[in-house]
Amino acid sequence: MKSEIKTYTRPQIKLLLIFDHGVLILGAAFMILPVLMLLQMTTMPDLFNMKTGPSLAIGDQLDDNFRKAMFEADGFSGANTGVRMLWNSMILGLGFAAGKIVLGMMAAYAIVYFRMRFATFAFWIIFTTLLLPLEVRILPSYEIVQHLGMLNTYQGLIIPLIASATATFFFRQYFRSIPEELIEAARIDGAGPFKFFVDILVPLSQTMIAAMFIIMFVYGWNQYLWPTMITTDEDMFTLVRGIKQITQSLEGTSLPEYGRANMLALVAILPPVLIVIFFQSWFVKGLTESDK
Amino acid sequence: MKRAAFTNRWLPILLLVPQISIIGIFFYWPAIHALRSSFYLQDPFGFSETFVGFSNYASLFNSPAYGRAAIFTVCFTLLVTILSLGIALLLAVKADKVVRGAKTYRTLLMWVYAVAPPVAGVMGLILFNQSWGPIADLFKSLGWDFALGVHYYDTAFAMVLISVWKQIPVNFIFFLSGLQSIPKSVREAAMIDNRSTAGRFWDVTFPLLAPTGFFLLITNITYSLFDTFGIIDTVVKGEPGNNPMTLVYKVYVDGFRGNDLGGSSAQSVVLMVLVLAMTVFQFRLVERRIHYT
Repeated sequence: MKSEIKTYTRPQIKLLLIFDHGVLILGAAFMILPVLMLLQMTTMPDLFNMKTGPSLAIGDQLDDNFRKAMFEADGFSGANTGVRMLWNSMILGLGFAAGKIVLGMMAAYAIVYFRMRFATFAFWIIFTTLLLPLEVRILPSYEIVQHLGMLNTYQGLIIPLIASATATFFFRQYFRSIPEELIEAARIDGAGPFKFFVDILVPLSQTMIAAMFIIMFVYGWNQYLWPTMITTDEDMFTLVRGIKQITQSLEGTSLPEYGRANMLALVAILPPVLIVIFFQSWFVKGLTESDK
Repeated sequence: MKRAAFTNRWLPILLLVPQISIIGIFFYWPAIHALRSSFYLQDPFGFSETFVGFSNYASLFNSPAYGRAAIFTVCFTLLVTILSLGIALLLAVKADKVVRGAKTYRTLLMWVYAVAPPVAGVMGLILFNQSWGPIADLFKSLGWDFALGVHYYDTAFAMVLISVWKQIPVNFIFFLSGLQSIPKSVREAAMIDNRSTAGRFWDVTFPLLAPTGFFLLITNITYSLFDTFGIIDTVVKGEPGNNPMTLVYKVYVDGFRGNDLGGSSAQSVVLMVLVLAMTVFQFRLVERRIHYT
C-alpha cells in the first residue's frame, strides 16, 4: 500500500510519545487502583468505612486490622484465623504444583521415551481431561470424594485435581525438543531409564519445572469452587475459600468489619502476586509455552 | 516417541498409572455418572430414581429460566472477550513501542493474573456498593440509578467489568510476546514501505498477530464460561434471585441449591458437548494456522 510520505516534526513525535505513555499509565492505573482502594480501607476504622466507604484518607488502623485478620477468627469454631487459612492455602498451592509437575513429568517421560503399544491411547486419555472442566462434573465429583471419606482433608483438596493435561503436554513438548544424541550417549554409557530420568532429564528441565511451578502454584492457590464444596470445617478453609465467609459476614452485622475483610483479601492475593512479579520471566515462559 | 527409546515393558505403565487412575476416578467416572443421571429423575431424599429418557433435556430446553441464562451467557461471553482482547491489544502495542519504563509498565499490567477471581469480586462489591461505591457514585452523578444486585442490567454490567479487568493480563502477555516475536527485519521493511503508523499496524502487525488472536479467542471464551465462576458467585453473594447468571453457575445453583440432580446433570452434559465442539473447532484452527517464520 502506498501512502504519501509523511514526516513528523520533533514536537509531533513528542506528542505521540506522551500519548503512548498516557495510554499505558491509564491502563496501569485501571489495574492497580482497586487494590489500593482495599489497602486504604484497611487503614480506617470500621465505622468510618461503613459511613463513607473508600476515600483518600489514611488512618492508623492498619496494624490493628492486620492483627484482627491474622489472629482472630470470626467463625463458630474460632479456627479460621488468617494464619490458619494462609497455611492451608500454602499447602494447597504447593501440593498442587508439586503433584502436577511430578505426575506430568512421569507421564510425559513414559509417552516420549518408551516404545509402548498404547502410548497414543494414553495420550488421548490425558488429552480428553481438557474436555471435562471441574464445573461440568462438579456434583458427581463431590459424591465420589464424599464416598472416599476425603471431605475436609488435604488429600481431598489436592488429589482429585492434580491430573494435568497442561503439565503433561508441556513436558512432552520439551522432552521432544531434547536432542536424540543425548539418550544415545547415555545408553552407551550404560544409563538405565531411571538413571537417565533422574540424572539427565530432571536437571535439564530445571527452567521448565520452575516455569510450570509458578503457573500451577498460582492456579492451586486461587482455587475457589472445589475448596468451597469439599471443606466445611473452618480449620480447613483456604484464604480464597474464606472470602465467601468474609462477604457473607459483611452482610448481616450492624458494624461490618471492612478493615479486617479487606486485609484478608489482600493477604490472599499477596503471595501469588509477589511470585508472579519476582519470577516474571519464568512465569511468562510457563504461560506462553504451556498453552500453545 | 524418540527413535532411541527404552524398551522396558513395565516401567512406562508404572509411570502412567498415577495420572491415568486419577483421571479414571475423578474425571471419567463423574462424567459418566453425570451422563447417566441426566436420564433419571431422583426423589429429593436420594432414595429412589426412575428412568425418564430425555425428559430432563426436554424440560431444560423448554424452561424460560434456562433460555434466559443461555442468552445472558452468550452476551456476557461476547462482551468480556471483545473488551478484554481489545484493551489488552491496545496496551500491548503501546508497551511494545515505548522504550523508557517498558519493564515497569509490563509488570504493572500483568500482576493481576495472580489475583483470585473471588477477590476480584470483593473489589467489585466495594466499587459498586450502593451507598458509597466510587463507580456507583459516578453513575449516580450522571443520572443512572445504579443498584448492584437489584437491577438485572446493573449486576450484569458489574460482572462484565470485573471479568474484563481480571482477563486483561493474560491477553496482554500473549499479545506482547506475539509482538516481540515479529522479526526486526519485517518491521524495518514495513517502516520503509509504509510511513503511517496505523497503516503499518493493520497491514503488517495485525495479520502477523492473527494466530495469537485466534488462540486467545478460544481461551477467552473458555474463561468467560468457566473461570468467571468465582466472580459471579461473589457478586451475587450466593443468592442468585433475580440476578443474571451464566450456564455454568446455573449447574451449581440447580444441583446444590435446588437439589435437582437430573436437571443439573443434563445441563452438565450440554456444557460437555459445548466444550467438545469448541475443542474440535480450536484444533481445526490450529491445523490451518499460518506460520510466517
